[in-house]
Amino acid sequence: MPRVVVDVVLKPEISDPQGQAVLGALGRLGHRGVTGVRQGKHFVLDVEGTPDEAELREIAENLLANPVIEDVELHLSGD
Amino acid sequence: MRIGVVTFPGSLDDVDAARAVRLAGGEVVPLWHADAELPAVDAVVLPGGFSYGDYLRAGAIAARQPLMRAVVDRAHAGMPVLGICNGFQVLCEAGLLPGALTRNSHLHFRNRDQALRVERADTAWTSSYAQGQTITVPVKNGEGRYVAADADLDRIEGEGRVVVRYAGGNPNGSSRDIAGVTSADGRVVGLMPHPEHAVEELTGPSVDGLGFFTSVLQGALSA
Repeated sequence: MPRVVVDVVLKPEISDPQGQAVLGALGRLGHRGVTGVRQGKHFVLDVEGTPDEAELREIAENLLANPVIEDVELHLSGD
Repeated sequence: MRIGVVTFPGSLDDVDAARAVRLAGGEVVPLWHADAELPAVDAVVLPGGFSYGDYLRAGAIAARQPLMRAVVDRAHAGMPVLGICNGFQVLCEAGLLPGALTRNSHLHFRNRDQALRVERADTAWTSSYAQGQTITVPVKNGEGRYVAADADLDRIEGEGRVVVRYAGGNPNGSSRDIAGVTSADGRVVGLMPHPEHAVEELTGPSVDGLGFFTSVLQGALSA
């Protein structure tokens, strides 16, 4: 069954306190080389038949992401 | 005046909201999220809580339930709608109000009595107040940080869409201390603090919250 992946992340101008908390933890663990963390969501959709890109884009942009604050990336090949 | 109070799975404050409506002198019509039809009501209140466990995003799934489609249609036709806390999140997710609510900047749930400055006393839900008046009602949220892109915030401010602003400290890192906003026509209002918890001396920090509910009733009488 075809697999489609949707990645959602806060727009760059929206602050991400969860990502900042992860960055702080990395610093305390000694991983000084990481200078930024943005936390997002990763959806894996199993789709019957040939994925309909227009429909999947609508699903991604109208439900999985809130376009007011989030950017969305659709990966039709499922990787 | 008949005011519908919607219950979603995970709503917590629907009973308090209904009680506030009754104390203000309104008749409560209990509404269920899965209903496709909106019965004859003059206004709708979306209460606080954690509809659908805040899964996906707070308010996201509730905003797409059958009853909400009817609420959105009626709101576009001028029906007053008040969204409190999770109800505010639902209204933003439904596209009736600008902006979005996200995780508090300090990542803690914040629960306290909160001073608010009334910036707009001419909406359907705030006409009982005076512009610039300070009121105190409880605030309780973990995802109450109001955000939008800077250009959108400038537009929201420029159009006078901010209804209430946090005073005496910002509990969640909301942009520009915004606690609540309105639609362009002033009929739809959403705010994170809880006016329905400040309607009786015995149980609230004040009775300052009652004005939201008396406002919509008075508006109906004078219309």
